[in-house]
Amino acid sequence: MRVLSCKETTRLVSQGLDRELAFGERVALRLHLAICLGCRRAGRQMAYLRRAVRELAEIDLTTGA
Amino acid sequence: MPPPADFRSQIEALRPYLLRFASLQLRDAAAAEDAVQEALVAALAGESGFAGRANLRTWLTGILKHKIVDTVRRQAREPTLPQEGEDALDDFDALFRRNGHWAERPAGWGEPDGALEQSQFLRALQACLERLPARTAKVFMLREHLGLDTPEICKELAITPTHCWVMLYRARMTLRECLQQTWFGR
Repeated sequence: MRVLSCKETTRLVSQGLDRELAFGERVALRLHLAICLGCRRAGRQMAYLRRAVRELAEIDLTTGA
Repeated sequence: MPPPADFRSQIEALRPYLLRFASLQLRDAAAAEDAVQEALVAALAGESGFAGRANLRTWLTGILKHKIVDTVRRQAREPTLPQEGEDALDDFDALFRRNGHWAERPAGWGEPDGALEQSQFLRALQACLERLPARTAKVFMLREHLGLDTPEICKELAITPTHCWVMLYRARMTLRECLQQTWFGR
């Protein structure tokens, strides 16, 4: 199996939030993430964005804090 | 079931929330106002559909989502100017070295969930969203704010799944860079 670069890994992590990844993609992803702190962080941060966006409508941001 | 006047006032009390919800997707005060108005009219006409079985806000938000998607669909049919820079394929050349590895490893964000309670943080996030190209932001918000899946987004905007994934990837990478600079890395 080909080793993924960080660029390819972040792309797959992102797609994993939007579609079910194929078995081979999941294996390659897991292998890369196991050894790459930067991609683990980027992946967590992309998932975090989803949670954060869902909070946006909760408070009125147009007035003072 | 509450009496009609009561139901109406409960619905009216939720209007500010619904307006914020619609504005996040539509980025246009008048369009958001129209979508909310249509949703409220539909809600009042379909009061029996509510019948207290769900949370009122959840129920109204569900109706509003449909109205927002209708608006997005109408907008997608209107001819637009070419989107500057949006389809350029420079995928984060500055972030990665030629071999595709990080030029600079992303910093950790610690335990970022606490920030979700802070209006200052949500303002920073909103500012980052406003800096995204319009179409990229639209796709990202359809996915993450309205919770549409990729096939639905493709259908509404008449784009391919691949194009959709590319835009979502760009949005996420750009937003995490932006939040790193404006919030977490301060």
